[in-house]
Amino acid sequence: MTHNLAPFAFHTERRLVVLTGRKARNLEELLAHLGEVSGSSIFYHTHHQYLAHHFETPVFHSDFSRWASLALLEEALAEKLAAIDLLAFSSIRQLREAIIATIGPYAKGNGRRQECMPGQEFHFSESKSFVMPSGIVAADIPDFFAKLPGVANTSIYFHFFEARLRLGRETNDFSAWLAYRGAEDLARAIDRLNPYRMSLDELRDRIARLGP
Amino acid sequence: MAVTLADYEKVVGPEVMDEIRTLAGYVRHKSLQNINSTPVGGGVAEILTRMIPLLRELGVDATWDVIKGNEAFYAVTKAFHNALHGHPETITPKMLEVFRENTAMNLEEMKLEGDVLFIHDPQPAGLIDKKPTIGRQWIWRCHIDVSNPDPAVWEFLRPWVERYDAAVFSMPDFAREMPIPQFRIAPSIDPLSDKNRDLEPEVVRGVLERFGIDPERPVLTQISRFDRLKDPLGVIESYRMVRRHCDCQLVLAGGGADDDPEGAEVLREVEEAAAKDPDIHVLLLPPFSDLEINALVRGSTIVFQKSIREGFGLTVSEGLWKGKPVIGGAVGGIRLQIINGVTGFLIHSPEGAANRAVELLSNPELCRKLGENGQRYVRENFLITRHVKDYLLLMLALDHPGERVVRLAGI
Repeated sequence: MTHNLAPFAFHTERRLVVLTGRKARNLEELLAHLGEVSGSSIFYHTHHQYLAHHFETPVFHSDFSRWASLALLEEALAEKLAAIDLLAFSSIRQLREAIIATIGPYAKGNGRRQECMPGQEFHFSESKSFVMPSGIVAADIPDFFAKLPGVANTSIYFHFFEARLRLGRETNDFSAWLAYRGAEDLARAIDRLNPYRMSLDELRDRIARLGP
Repeated sequence: MAVTLADYEKVVGPEVMDEIRTLAGYVRHKSLQNINSTPVGGGVAEILTRMIPLLRELGVDATWDVIKGNEAFYAVTKAFHNALHGHPETITPKMLEVFRENTAMNLEEMKLEGDVLFIHDPQPAGLIDKKPTIGRQWIWRCHIDVSNPDPAVWEFLRPWVERYDAAVFSMPDFAREMPIPQFRIAPSIDPLSDKNRDLEPEVVRGVLERFGIDPERPVLTQISRFDRLKDPLGVIESYRMVRRHCDCQLVLAGGGADDDPEGAEVLREVEEAAAKDPDIHVLLLPPFSDLEINALVRGSTIVFQKSIREGFGLTVSEGLWKGKPVIGGAVGGIRLQIINGVTGFLIHSPEGAANRAVELLSNPELCRKLGENGQRYVRENFLITRHVKDYLLLMLALDHPGERVVRLAGI
């Protein structure tokens, strides 16, 4: 059996936040926009907190959850939105549908039209990403694991979060490359890590510990 | 001595500077011409003064020009500024005509030479009329709060704004539904400016003593214009509540403006409210008092920014950067800078501010922890180096319109 011997080039990602000018004051308005905004916007509001530094573990990573809790005081909805398993989706379309399906009945069912206070509106944003080589290249599998500790969080984020869901790849880039190299067990072990349940530092450490 | 990239590297570390140098490599072939309405005074001039040399050192041909305008024009643009902030102003057809005439004069006289034209705020917005003739890439950078603008002024400006290639706002709340791309870029502070650089303890002490402030006792400070929206009387009210529990002094310091009759009235009310208390120091500082402001904040125990309405409120970051816990009104950009309970406290009333101040004065360890967090948070989010990085990305973004993911080759 032959394997692809291409090296792994770690990439990194920089981003600008794009403002859509769309805002919501209540769940009905949120739902209307959710059906129309770009997939990039859905990805941004469900993922950007994972890249940010946090002094404490955030109560909610999703902007939709946080807004439901803080601006609308809809705690149960916030919890339901936070419980959406991001790993279960292989496309933003599915994720968007799950969010809408969670909010929809809630908005109709509770019989009231809770409005946020002025100044607390939900502002839809998205990101414009710039992907560039980080300059770190792993020639082979041992080299990959040797270099991993020196790879920046933005790089880990790109190869794990962006690559899988936003760029529509089946798995994270590390697992895909290791599988090409014939290290299927390693690839599967990394694929089984849940990046939504740990910080980027922890994720890098966990991957590094799986190495040969 | 001129500040260099190497000086910033000592503050933010080599990784941040390497990233900025890499990004500069992608846009170095383009020149960047900034245009605003004033060479000194105000936040825009302050940031451009520091940013242009940095961009040039990075190899980006950045320049800065200022439009011309007479007194009548600036009276109109001041009214526009207030109206865009949502204050009631009477805008007459004559005022719109003055704006158009001044724009026409600058279109005639200004040399628009940059590959990228970075137009700051409404005053020079009409320069976009040159786009059909000269092409180029145009960015409108709006530094002011246009979340609730007077429709008359916004609708007057909108046809110009919508012809730019992109607009930039400081906060999501300021964005409008428009057919052009809009980016969020937060403003920043310069850690090496006189207002923010490290000071020797004896310099801080000297300034406090010069103003009659006791360096041995706790100090609460608010640095702001004497403006009702900054609620200086509410700060005095909070201070009086704090004094029932803890010993402390209060400093209210800010610049004055001769052309601001309301400011003079607010100052008089503040002085009246403070008159019988020798521990309240109302300081009307002359222009160019940055070092004094720096020392006053560094000599404080707690910084207040008890605004009722605020654009971005960079005085919060200036306090946090000096390792001070900041108690701020939960409005505008203050909400982006204070993580409640982590870098400071967000409050909604004089009582709330007083409660938090008593809590902090009783717990020096909490003060230290919030201050430490605040400094880190500002380092990551609100320093000029992040601002430079965002502007470089913006220049890059103009070359890739409509692309959500831009793939760049190594350089």
